[in-house]
Amino acid sequence: MTITAIEPGSPGDNARKAKSAISGTTFSPAVLGRALWEAFKKLDPRRLTGNPVILATEVVAALATLSAGVAIAQGQPSGFAIQIAAWLWATVLFANFAESVAEGRGKAAANALRASRVTTKAKVIVDPKTGTVVPTPAHELFAGAIVLVEAGDVIPSDGEIVEGVASVNEAAITGESAPVIREAGGDRSAVTGGTTVVSDWIKVRITADPGSTFLDRMIAMVEGADRRKTPNEIALAVLLAGLTLVFLIAVVTLLGLGKYSGEQLDPLVLGALFVCLIPTTIGGLLSAIGIAGMDRLLKVNVLATSGRAVEASGDVDTLLLDKTGTITYGNRLAVEVVPAPGVPADKALWAALMASLADETPEGRSIIELAREKNGLTETLPADGKAVAFSATTRMSGLDTPTFSWRKGAVDSICKHVGLDPKALPAEVASAIDRIARAGGTPLAVAENGKLVGVIHLKDVVKPGVKERFADLRRMGLRTIMITGDNPVTAATIASEAGVDDFLAEATPEDKLRLIRAEQAKGRLVAMCGDGSNDAPALAQADVGVAMQTGTQAAREAGNMVDLDSDPTKLIEIVEVGKQMLITRGSLTTFSIANDVAKYFAIIPAIFVGALPALGALNIMGLHSPQSAILSAVIFNALVIVALIPLALKGVKYRPIGAGKLLSRNLTIYGLGGLVVPFVGIWAIDWLVVLVGLAPSHP
Amino acid sequence: MDWRGWAEIAFTIGLSLAIAWPLGLYLAQVWTGGRTWLDPVLKPVERVSYFAFGIDPKKGQSWFGYTVAMLAFSAASFVVLYLILRFQDLLPLNPQKFAGMSPDLAFNTAVSFVTNTNWQSYTPEQAASTFSQMAGLTSHNFLSAAAGIAMAAAVARAFAANRATDLGNFWADLTRISLYVLLPISIVGALVLVWLGVPQTLLGHVDATGLEGAKQAIPLYPTASQEIIKQLGTNGGGIFNANSAHPFENPNAITNLIEMIAMNALSLACVFAFGKVAFAGKDARALIAVMTILVAAAASTVYAAETQTPPAQHAAHVATGVNMEGKEVRFGAASTATWVAFTTGASDGGVNATHDSLMPLGGGMAMFMIQLGEILPGGVGSGLYGMVVMALLAVFVAGLMVGRTPEYLGKKVEAREIRFAMLAVLILPLAILGFSAVAVVLPDALKALANPGPHGLSEVLYAYSSAAGNNGSAFAGLSANVPYWNSTLGIAMLLGRFAYVVPVLAIAGSLAAKPKLEPSAGTLPTHGPLFVGLLIGVILILGGLQYFPALALGPIVEHFQVLHAVGGR
Repeated sequence: MTITAIEPGSPGDNARKAKSAISGTTFSPAVLGRALWEAFKKLDPRRLTGNPVILATEVVAALATLSAGVAIAQGQPSGFAIQIAAWLWATVLFANFAESVAEGRGKAAANALRASRVTTKAKVIVDPKTGTVVPTPAHELFAGAIVLVEAGDVIPSDGEIVEGVASVNEAAITGESAPVIREAGGDRSAVTGGTTVVSDWIKVRITADPGSTFLDRMIAMVEGADRRKTPNEIALAVLLAGLTLVFLIAVVTLLGLGKYSGEQLDPLVLGALFVCLIPTTIGGLLSAIGIAGMDRLLKVNVLATSGRAVEASGDVDTLLLDKTGTITYGNRLAVEVVPAPGVPADKALWAALMASLADETPEGRSIIELAREKNGLTETLPADGKAVAFSATTRMSGLDTPTFSWRKGAVDSICKHVGLDPKALPAEVASAIDRIARAGGTPLAVAENGKLVGVIHLKDVVKPGVKERFADLRRMGLRTIMITGDNPVTAATIASEAGVDDFLAEATPEDKLRLIRAEQAKGRLVAMCGDGSNDAPALAQADVGVAMQTGTQAAREAGNMVDLDSDPTKLIEIVEVGKQMLITRGSLTTFSIANDVAKYFAIIPAIFVGALPALGALNIMGLHSPQSAILSAVIFNALVIVALIPLALKGVKYRPIGAGKLLSRNLTIYGLGGLVVPFVGIWAIDWLVVLVGLAPSHP
Repeated sequence: MDWRGWAEIAFTIGLSLAIAWPLGLYLAQVWTGGRTWLDPVLKPVERVSYFAFGIDPKKGQSWFGYTVAMLAFSAASFVVLYLILRFQDLLPLNPQKFAGMSPDLAFNTAVSFVTNTNWQSYTPEQAASTFSQMAGLTSHNFLSAAAGIAMAAAVARAFAANRATDLGNFWADLTRISLYVLLPISIVGALVLVWLGVPQTLLGHVDATGLEGAKQAIPLYPTASQEIIKQLGTNGGGIFNANSAHPFENPNAITNLIEMIAMNALSLACVFAFGKVAFAGKDARALIAVMTILVAAAASTVYAAETQTPPAQHAAHVATGVNMEGKEVRFGAASTATWVAFTTGASDGGVNATHDSLMPLGGGMAMFMIQLGEILPGGVGSGLYGMVVMALLAVFVAGLMVGRTPEYLGKKVEAREIRFAMLAVLILPLAILGFSAVAVVLPDALKALANPGPHGLSEVLYAYSSAAGNNGSAFAGLSANVPYWNSTLGIAMLLGRFAYVVPVLAIAGSLAAKPKLEPSAGTLPTHGPLFVGLLIGVILILGGLQYFPALALGPIVEHFQVLHAVGGR
């Protein structure tokens, strides 16, 4: 029985490498070289069938090459034809290159992840009674098998812990090297293949068949192996194909119209005009934008199971956010101690502090912190002190010394402890309790030597910055709904403090599901995150369901994204990435179409000025000669793809400034810019090609 | 150019809007089957019509059912009209003793009137009997217009719907629109025109002796009744060959104004009604703004072009500063310019001047208005749904730029809508550029041209634009009554109407089935100046990109040649 344990630290390295492959080394020579080679391989027309615009460009490039070949064979001047053909091929290559660069980053990431795939032998338990173990290669493990994983072992495949508790290093997946606790039952029972048990042992029921484990899916995703076009991408591709047809009509009919006007048009020139007009810019960058969107998610440590989900996240109308952990710290913190009548405030605070000294819970520690802040009290646990632990029957905890006894706990249990009728509390105490409850806090009573001395106000504290974040979301048109198990009064307080649009109090998993369905019935898209098994139905129902990596297997299966950092606020970043992807596509489409205006002004006068000299008036850029004009337009058309690759990969920045402002901003940059830039670009290129002598300077 | 000219353009456009708005609210009532103040008189007639034709007005149709009904109705109309024209010599009310039309002319004319185009390859006073005019042509002025408005109603309902399949009942729409909108306005309008001097008689002709002592027979028709529906239904088919330049069709400045208003009013009213029915008043007003701005720009361009000194005057040193060739002295340059912009923008096609005689820029602008898709404000009903298609495309491209799946009026615009919208958009360039490119290389087809060179190309381009855009106006200079032109123009008209509207109704069906979403702060606003500017940009760029090369070889190069001729400016 051999276990190939991965040295500590190494899995984390792999995950980090995977991430840095995506974020950092985009344009390293090695990556670019590989992408260039891939770009040539993609010239195979069968690989371009999904991209009609680039396929059409390739067809024209092939015909142009043929025409150049014929010219050479017949001994006619062929320099112009060769140049046009070369630049048309370059256009196709640049488009392919953009896709390869995007894919290349994913491939590098996948290779890094593949290194953490398990090559281990699993200890399969064949007889549960005797615990007999048979070593089996990990890749032969099927769902349902029970395996034993001990300290130092790599978990062979995805599964659910059926017995035991262990600390697990999940660095291979998350890049985070601090081990996490995994135990049978509850919401922390899922383990992932490729992670390592650091201490103790667990018995795991395997839940994934070979090839479909989490790691396999992750590799396939980042590699883009099962990348399918998203709905908006399909719609955009239809639009681009339609435009290509429109321009095909406009250019082919020019043969007849030109003949009538006395100009026998060279098919090569018409081909060049056609390629310049069809939306090659966006056509060439479309898939790169989609891949880059997935990469950006991976960069923030979120793994999407489909591009569709990423795109849907841009469309989300309603965000369901769990209160605990997302909106508040999740721990209630002490903010004040209200003394009972006749008790000095100092004394009440001191009693609260003493009752909490032995309390290791965050609430207990927050009371110690409060006492230190308010009165500078720095008591430590007395040597003769005896901690009284919280128990479900007494529902209080505290500290006993030979002379003193302090207790704190729920109001009614302390009342019982001190022999008071909860309905006959002193008026000051009763009103304080009432006030705390109405403000959404939790009152804790404190007793010293069997006497009530005060009430601690525990409060759910809203994370800083959350309110601003929600205001941004509102400007983006997203409604936020807070989900909490608290009573409606507490929930309402937190909701107004955090600035969410709505809340669901005393929420059960069924309530959550019902809320999602109700929102969807109104035509809204809903995003939520969850980790527990009971979240699974809601995660599956939501349009964007983000499961926490620390969550159960059921939750991870049900969601369409997994957050490797298990950070519920990530939802907001996911929405932004989704929006950014759509914005980038829209902006480059607008740019691409607006470019055509200048190309017309370059090419139309160039091809007809011979037969109709008056059309020379349209040559507003003052291009030198018909050849230089056509060549410049073709060169500009090719180079603009390369120039825009970084933008396509990085994405157009998303700003939460409201749809109207965002539109006017992007329309100005990409619409007006798209009109103006090619006039300048073509003019400059024309000047250059004439200077270098690639085209004649006179008609 | 003077201020009176500009004021006239502004006044005419303003008055059309002022009339279209209340008319649109009334039209919305008709679309939704609501109460109108004509109910006491017309409700019984409506009920009897339903009973007589076995129509259940409450029975809704899916987009497919609605389309099939519309196509069946149009096909039946075509057959009947074809037979009337073909065999008018065997039918009553033929005081002129005209022979039946030739098969190609009957085909062309029947298609023309069924598609709301009203292209006229024939000279009415030499080829169409009184019966053909009244029973055949005038009735289709009503029916084809009603069919167009009905389809606009279906599109409006699609935007109002929330996960529904029902687009309304085509037969009920056709009945209500004819009965409550077209007939009452036409009756009143015809009486007003008669009062203003337009003839309305079954006499056939009157004999007169001219100043030179020569006897002539002046043809007469029931003109006023045709004249009003010709404009109101954006039909444009004149009862006389000279159309609204003929003093019987358009005797004076008042009738000229009434006719201009009439050809825009109902198309604009459809947009207002759309806003009411689809709960999108603001968005509809944005569409109105787009239409108004572009029509005003076109009228201004034509006005500016026509008040330049034409080259012939320049050569003769008699410059008046206005190109009066082909214009009625009664109307002058400003009225003509407004009319040109209205009739080409509204898919009307009636003319009060000879478009062939406009300056190259003026004629080119007229052509471009048609090529933009007859959406400014377009034909009755068809203008609205054409504009909605443009809005969907604009929203799709720009909507992505705000980071959401684009929505228009609460309906997501997805692959299916884009597919059908592109299918519809492809039809016009295919018909206009395709047929033109073939015609100009066929020597036989070119025999019909009166002019060589760029102007001849303009004549061809204009003819196919007019046919495919269902406009119907002629540039003149093209003798189209030969089998080649009759048949190809007929096919272009069919494509422009039906190959366009079927995808549009498919879009309506698809949109109706989607949930109606509420707008949020993240939704692209489809009203306000920004959207108006965006939509104008999309219309101009999309239209410009399709037709720029062709226009460059026709009116644009002619324009530069003219500039050159008048002094190398």
